[in-house]
Amino acid sequence: MSTTDITKGESKETTSGKELVSIFVMGKKYEVPKNLTIMKAMEYAGYKYIRGCGCRGGICGACGTVYRKPGDYHIYVGLACQTVVEDGMYLTQLPFFPANRATYNLEAIGSDPEEVYKKYPELFRCVACNACTKVCPMDISVMDYISAIKQGDFEKATELSFDCIQCGLCTVRCMGEMSQYHIAQMVRRITGSKIKPESSHLKTMVDNIKTGRYTRTITDIKSMSEDQLRKAYQAREMEPSEAPEDWKPADNTYL
Amino acid sequence: MKISYYPGCTLKTKAKNMDCPGVAALNALGVELVELPRWNCCGAVFSLADDDLLHLLAPVRDLIRVVEQGDNKLVVACSMCYNTLARANLLMRENSEKRHTINTFMEEERDYNGEVEVVHLLSFLRDEIGWEKIRESIKVPLRGLKIAPYYGCTLLRPQSVAIEPPEKHTLFKDLIETMGATVVDFPASTDCCSSYQILSNPDVGIETVSKILESAESWGAEAIVTSCPLCEYNLGKRQEDALRKHDKLKALPTFYFTQLLAIALGLGAEVCNFELNHNGVIRLMESKKFLTAA
Repeated sequence: MSTTDITKGESKETTSGKELVSIFVMGKKYEVPKNLTIMKAMEYAGYKYIRGCGCRGGICGACGTVYRKPGDYHIYVGLACQTVVEDGMYLTQLPFFPANRATYNLEAIGSDPEEVYKKYPELFRCVACNACTKVCPMDISVMDYISAIKQGDFEKATELSFDCIQCGLCTVRCMGEMSQYHIAQMVRRITGSKIKPESSHLKTMVDNIKTGRYTRTITDIKSMSEDQLRKAYQAREMEPSEAPEDWKPADNTYL
Repeated sequence: MKISYYPGCTLKTKAKNMDCPGVAALNALGVELVELPRWNCCGAVFSLADDDLLHLLAPVRDLIRVVEQGDNKLVVACSMCYNTLARANLLMRENSEKRHTINTFMEEERDYNGEVEVVHLLSFLRDEIGWEKIRESIKVPLRGLKIAPYYGCTLLRPQSVAIEPPEKHTLFKDLIETMGATVVDFPASTDCCSSYQILSNPDVGIETVSKILESAESWGAEAIVTSCPLCEYNLGKRQEDALRKHDKLKALPTFYFTQLLAIALGLGAEVCNFELNHNGVIRLMESKKFLTAA
């Protein structure tokens, strides 16, 4: 593997001639080029992602990864697609963790905190150990939003949990066995639909969708052959990482 | 005067009728209760297991939040929160071994050594504001209202955090007299309300509640006043269960002391959230003309 382009669709760095570091994936040692993300390093090492990999942009939450460093007892976490490998890193990805998710009909419930307490009574098992906050790769104060929910302050909980990407690492660490991110999602849904005033631009957008303004986008994609789809994907125009506010794609057929 | 205030989860949800009138009443007395900007559930019950340090994390974190505010005093209105926070505080002050273990575990926080003073709102009224000043501020004296002060357990037990000597308690009585009402000193004043037994063993709970109500009534009380949401739940919201079981019992309105103080200070029913009390509370206030007088 002298020159391997494992970065297609992202920055065009290649791995030729780079300095190598040792990482341990699920206990097995691999020599990988430094400066790669964990995800790229694992692909370099021969792993093929079927699951546990989504947007590769640090926002979908599919690639939560737990690691340790030599001579350090702390547990470190990161998203595999964002975290750069370090020499001696000991890691495993946790693409999925079983989490309790309540079923409810949002239309049928009100904004009373009790609605959430009934669905997730385990909320009250929080002992404020703060392991959830310490593990969050998005630096969210998970313990504080759980506290806000217990205090019935859904707007505060919504603000605090807004950046959650639902990777589930908080849930992995919770000694109260709760699924913080699912609880917060229910709270955000209630806040958005029953506490905050309705936003006018959202209503316009939903009306646009209902009246079929974007239907063509999906029907066109669905009618493509696999080959056409692949070509369209590879030729897609992406917003540059430091695009100005007024950036627009050259082809705006579907907008 | 501004003072750091810990409301507790229940006062923010089920017992807003304790929190809102308390904040309003103190405001009328020239004190701003400033809710800690960041706080978590204290755990509600102080763990008695000697090796259970885990349940100390929550109250100690709250005390650290006070220090972070640059403050060294915390006022608590809920008796259970008071008890839990005060006992955790005492342990951090006195037990160096456990203090070390807890501080080491909470490495993301500053070390805590029990620097904060945890004060119950009743003590604060007496010591920092004073009965005299409160008496001068009363606009609607609760004249003719016979009130039984119900301490329950957590204000007076254990002795190390008791707001006053358990056998010589006068604080609640002094407050009632200051508000112009009549104290009904009844023997079940410091009995346990059955606490969480009401959930796991409801028959025992309701019997306990019945005895307390019967005692207060037999000494002529027209109302009970408490400082604990769990006591209020058992004596107030579960009162109907007791009345159903015992024909001789009469309905006895149950208030938080903050509600009566707010009414006496002339703040009216608006700040009291009486709808969260059990039935009969507003009727009593109206029949005594305490709501119109303001």
